[in-house]
Amino acid sequence: MHAARDSRITAGVIALAAIALLIGGAFAGLAVEGAQDLSGAAAAFDSYLLRVARFTLWQAALSTLLSVAPALLVARALSRHPAFPGRGLILQLFTVPLALPAIVAALGILALYGRAGCFAGAFARLGAGEWPGIYGLSGILVAHVFFNLPLATRLFLEALGTVPADQWRLASQLGMGARPAFRLIEWPVLRAALPGIAGLVFMLCITSFTIVLTLGGGPAATTLEVAIYQALRFDLDPARAVVLTLLQIALTFIVVVALTRLGANTVGDANLPVAPRRYLSAGRLETVLNAGLIALALLFVAGPMAATLLSGLEADLGRLAGEEAVRRATLTSAGLAFLAALLSVTLSLALIGARRALALRGRPGNTMSLLEHAADTGAGFVLVVPPIVLGAGWFLALRHVTDVFAVAPVMVVTVNAVMAMPFAIRAIRPAYDAASERHERLCLALGIAGWNRLSLIDWPSLRRPLATGFAFAMALSLGDLGVIALFGSDSVQTLPYLLLARMGSYRTADAAGLALLLGLVCLMLVVAADRLGREGKR
Amino acid sequence: MTTTIKGTATQKRLTVALDDVSFSYGESSFRFNVEFQAGRITAIMGPSGSGKSTLLNLIAGFETPDTGKVLIGGTDIGDTPPSARPVSMVFQENNLFAHLSVAANVGLGRSPSLKLSDADRIAVAEALARVGLAGKEQRLPRELSGGERQRVALARVLLRDRPVLLLDEPFASLGPALRGDMLDLVAGIHAERKMTVLFVTHQPEDARRIGQDVAFLDEGMIAATGPADDFFDRSGPDAFRRYIGDRGGTVAGSQHIARKQT
Repeated sequence: MHAARDSRITAGVIALAAIALLIGGAFAGLAVEGAQDLSGAAAAFDSYLLRVARFTLWQAALSTLLSVAPALLVARALSRHPAFPGRGLILQLFTVPLALPAIVAALGILALYGRAGCFAGAFARLGAGEWPGIYGLSGILVAHVFFNLPLATRLFLEALGTVPADQWRLASQLGMGARPAFRLIEWPVLRAALPGIAGLVFMLCITSFTIVLTLGGGPAATTLEVAIYQALRFDLDPARAVVLTLLQIALTFIVVVALTRLGANTVGDANLPVAPRRYLSAGRLETVLNAGLIALALLFVAGPMAATLLSGLEADLGRLAGEEAVRRATLTSAGLAFLAALLSVTLSLALIGARRALALRGRPGNTMSLLEHAADTGAGFVLVVPPIVLGAGWFLALRHVTDVFAVAPVMVVTVNAVMAMPFAIRAIRPAYDAASERHERLCLALGIAGWNRLSLIDWPSLRRPLATGFAFAMALSLGDLGVIALFGSDSVQTLPYLLLARMGSYRTADAAGLALLLGLVCLMLVVAADRLGREGKR
Repeated sequence: MTTTIKGTATQKRLTVALDDVSFSYGESSFRFNVEFQAGRITAIMGPSGSGKSTLLNLIAGFETPDTGKVLIGGTDIGDTPPSARPVSMVFQENNLFAHLSVAANVGLGRSPSLKLSDADRIAVAEALARVGLAGKEQRLPRELSGGERQRVALARVLLRDRPVLLLDEPFASLGPALRGDMLDLVAGIHAERKMTVLFVTHQPEDARRIGQDVAFLDEGMIAATGPADDFFDRSGPDAFRRYIGDRGGTVAGSQHIARKQT
């Protein structure tokens, strides 16, 4: 294709440069800090560090096991009963944790299982002594399973959806029972999907920050990310922060490489699989077992959501809404999330366009150029470098130059924007490529390029997917407690930051009210994103 | 069919030539050395993969030759972007932007930013009337039939008024009667404008209906060219006759085949 002077490639290069600057700046900060204090860095390698690293891996491994194994069974149960009452609703409910900010879920779990939660009350009434509470490893595991069981279930269900209907027809014709059908039809598909799904969950648990911060409850249950945060915010120990950060990067890098080897989808899909017609009917015993399984999973996932809702409604919402700090945090959150989403979608679009333009220029058989590779996977770097790590690098770099707390808005917007890119790209790229497939030659022939092309051709056909990406990025950014935990201060507070502060000062009712507000807004955004995406697929 | 459009029929007739053009795409490679006469309709025929669409894409500028020159009216247009070449092309599908009205799709032929003057709007309406779509300006492409959509594309061709028209099987998915109508429309436009028309088709009757010349492609090369009448009588090239499945009548045919096998 004739694309020698394609402005899309320029835009893509600029976007890549911006991402490289963000990541490179963080690394430069780390490198300079580490070089200045080599002995300090070496001294930071102590037993505490090893314990933290070990705990990080241990909790991630346990969380993965506890999420993935039940998910496999639940997905199979759901796929066996395509006409089960409320099945669609359950699947909808299983998408909610994806939308829920981690801090909101953490509060819901505390409201349910915490020392002052519903369970504690029931426990005391039964005279069984004092409820032990949930801080520590158990809290972390419950929260991780709450997030990842539904995710893994949906991914397994998607895998099961790929079994061709003909195979099911054949199985029923051959009179296969539940066990041979599982062994011969379902298990091969599930086994193929297993490493990818387990890897994704492991990755998410290794980089989980908010959950560990809010539910870990102390130095005994600390992961690398939380330790970085503590080294910077409380211990003011940059040397330790550098070592912790490098360790975290090495760890995530290894996991991501392993994941890519396994062919895993490192973003996780929000799509609901459509229930295919099934031809095998389940026996009575199996039906009862499946119903029990699904009910348990449902209770586990719905419980913290219900607790969030109920304890949120108990809070004095009227007073909260009138509070100056709450209003300011809401405005700050909305503004920053809006900007982050805008930036995220713009960068994503630039990368997508550049990738497409480069793909058109190349011919089949040619290997991809370095630039094309970068445009293709540029957003993936963010997965290797978690937000806390980016934040920590810049925190270290900027503290010599300026007041780190003054740059909070810039850091929050840029890091959240880049963090949301993998999701935005997933929402936009298929639509962009399909539109380009239809329009590319026509635009060339008629000389529609640059701004004309963007406003007349691309914008109308990409409006919906762009809105989907935008809403999703905004929800992610609104609920994020990563960068803001490092850079937040009394002058720049977002809702999650305020929530954390209220939790820290034991104003639990306030926190519950804020969590309800934040959770609802994020949920609405993700529902909107989903709707827009779906209608766009007509 | 007798409406004329203002400011037309002023163009000069241009030859289209490929001078030792080579091009490779994946596994396949092509080599074209050919000149199409100015102001005539040439049917481009040949088996799948013989390079018919590639030939048109090279002329339109969607593909760049590895070596050799593409000349239109004797001028090398190798460095000219597709939109600046004196060429209009109609594809098999996706000729219209689905979100733009019929009028806007045609109007893009006048201004790629859709900034249209009143005169432009009148020209759009006239072009649409010429192709039989008067009054359908505000429709969206999805509200039109397949044939009507290609008529919109032809209306845009009228508006762009370029001396070369390339048709890449635009009517292949239409039924025989409708295809005949569309070909007649092309022939009618050609009679008014005398542009150089190259049209790819698999149907011998299409080539016979409006083709003045035929170029036959085989294995990435121009295998034969000549007046359409010569191609369709017994003296046509063998490969071409095999391609269209012409056994040349019963007796002559069997002799012909027998001779070929020895």
